[in-house]
Amino acid sequence: MTAGDRRAARAVPPSRPRRPYRRWTRDRVERTALRLLRPLVIAALLLATAFPFYYMVVLSLRDVQALILDPGALFVPPDEITLDTYRQVLTPEEEGGQGFVGFIRNSVIVSVAAVALTLLISIPGAYAVARLRFLGRRQVHFLFLAVYLFPPIVLAIPLFVLFSLLGLRGSLPGLALVYISQTLPVTVYMLRNYFETVPRSVEEAAAIDGCGPLATIWRVTLPLSRPALMATGLYVFMIAWNEFLFALLFLVEDRDRWTVSLGLSQLAGAIEVPTTVLMAGSVVLTLPIVIVFFACERLMTGGLTMGAEKG
Amino acid sequence: MRRGRGRTLRQREARTGLALISPTFVVTLVVVVLPLLWAIMLAFQEARLINIRYTGMFGRYSLDNFRYVLGEPGFWSGLAVTLVYTVAGTFLSIALGLVAALALAGPLRGRTLVRASVLLPYVAPVVAAAFVWQVMLSPQYGIANELGVRLLGWDRPIGFLTQAKGELLGVTVPVALLTVIAFEAWRYFPFAFLFLLARLQAVPRELHEAALVDGATPLQRFRYVTLPQLSRVIALLAVLRFVFTFNKFDDVYLLTGGGAGTEMVSIRVYNLLTARDDIGASAAQAVVLALVLVLFLGVYLRFFAGPERSAE
Repeated sequence: MTAGDRRAARAVPPSRPRRPYRRWTRDRVERTALRLLRPLVIAALLLATAFPFYYMVVLSLRDVQALILDPGALFVPPDEITLDTYRQVLTPEEEGGQGFVGFIRNSVIVSVAAVALTLLISIPGAYAVARLRFLGRRQVHFLFLAVYLFPPIVLAIPLFVLFSLLGLRGSLPGLALVYISQTLPVTVYMLRNYFETVPRSVEEAAAIDGCGPLATIWRVTLPLSRPALMATGLYVFMIAWNEFLFALLFLVEDRDRWTVSLGLSQLAGAIEVPTTVLMAGSVVLTLPIVIVFFACERLMTGGLTMGAEKG
Repeated sequence: MRRGRGRTLRQREARTGLALISPTFVVTLVVVVLPLLWAIMLAFQEARLINIRYTGMFGRYSLDNFRYVLGEPGFWSGLAVTLVYTVAGTFLSIALGLVAALALAGPLRGRTLVRASVLLPYVAPVVAAAFVWQVMLSPQYGIANELGVRLLGWDRPIGFLTQAKGELLGVTVPVALLTVIAFEAWRYFPFAFLFLLARLQAVPRELHEAALVDGATPLQRFRYVTLPQLSRVIALLAVLRFVFTFNKFDDVYLLTGGGAGTEMVSIRVYNLLTARDDIGASAAQAVVLALVLVLFLGVYLRFFAGPERSAE
């Protein structure tokens, strides 16, 4: 028991005299109420979180005329289902579609590049913070503050100017670079926490066998840290795939470079695109990240909240 | 010792450490710290995208941008809106996250599925989530208004995202602002939920058993056992969510475009930058925004997180 636990235990009020013959004690009322309340709360949560996405899919399968005639319909009659919306979203612009396949390609390029580069940079950094004593080790967390305290919009202004001057505006690598800077502090933190759980003795054994620091990381630490690497990679992928502000600022002028998020938001501005097609685009944008996330849900949530137990 | 001649083991360790962390430092320096400093310098200069090449580091510095930005009434109302949005959004998302964590902590059939569903709003891209809300809340074909008019007997559809003011039980309420706050709470409560659930599952079982023996009712156990255990995570979440929400741009921009009384400071910054091409003024406004945030965090850490820290 830690000091905090003991304090909490002591804070429980002393037991009151028991009245075994009274049927409706406060305890019983509360238990019954909570037992009834819990399924209601869970149902409400499910409805609030899943319904919008269900509705998104329903709309994407309908014809826009049908939507305007009957906006309240919660499911599509099988004979009304149309995949025309998806065809329209995915076919290239030259053939009269919206060209989402190209946007998906851009999003994949940026996201995968961001994941690879973030891992490449943050692994040595996290290892250093976890294992090595050096001047400034304790100050590393100021990086977090620097990145998070300042609104992205503050950083966006000079980066916008800088990228304009360098001709990097409208370039996907430039965008990936911005994403790396946004994710680095968190990934260093997540990986550090995991590296600290790798037994020191194994690494020392490798060092005695003649491995330098990089070889030790490569041969010992990384193979033992696969779950943490996956979690970190997914986290970066999610951030990069979902990002909107920087994509909007840097890529908006060049349609060929749009990411899916940007493409969808730009479509919404165009009046001639029906709502149902927008919803099909939303499904196309949402589905990949949801699949990736839930395929590795345990890893992800474990990685994100790592260290939360310590507060 | 081939390379480290004359140095102690400790010194070599320090050198390796610095070498390994330096890529992280360099990237952060180039893409975060230097731009930040540049933003501050731009805030004191008259800079537009056309003349930016000629505004050197030692151009003419003045307070004109700040005078201009702070002199606009829109800035102060924007700041007020940002604060209301941030405080309400932070509070609601943590409260909802707590309710969800408590409800889903125990054994439950189909738990994986339920948890997956609860995490959806957080995982989904903001653009998609904002669009579905727009469609659902649309006065023309939105399902919310359809149900409201048909089942709840509303006189006419409500423009949830386009109406600045409306009446609720005879009180005037900021409709659009409340809607974007609801969106914020909906989208980010899973974040609080994850952290709180992880912490809940780490509460020692003996504490609850001891409280049971003492005859504590469920609510008393929550108040005196669970809540003290969660207080530190809640404090951490409060800081994180406050910072993230305060800096938020895309959620509100996508939902309302800053209209109907939801023009946050960050949206004003964006408009100054892109619509008016006024880099200096937008930088000045962004710097003021960051300063306000630092101020609030300072006050919070000084007065609320103080004892927590000294207890460490």
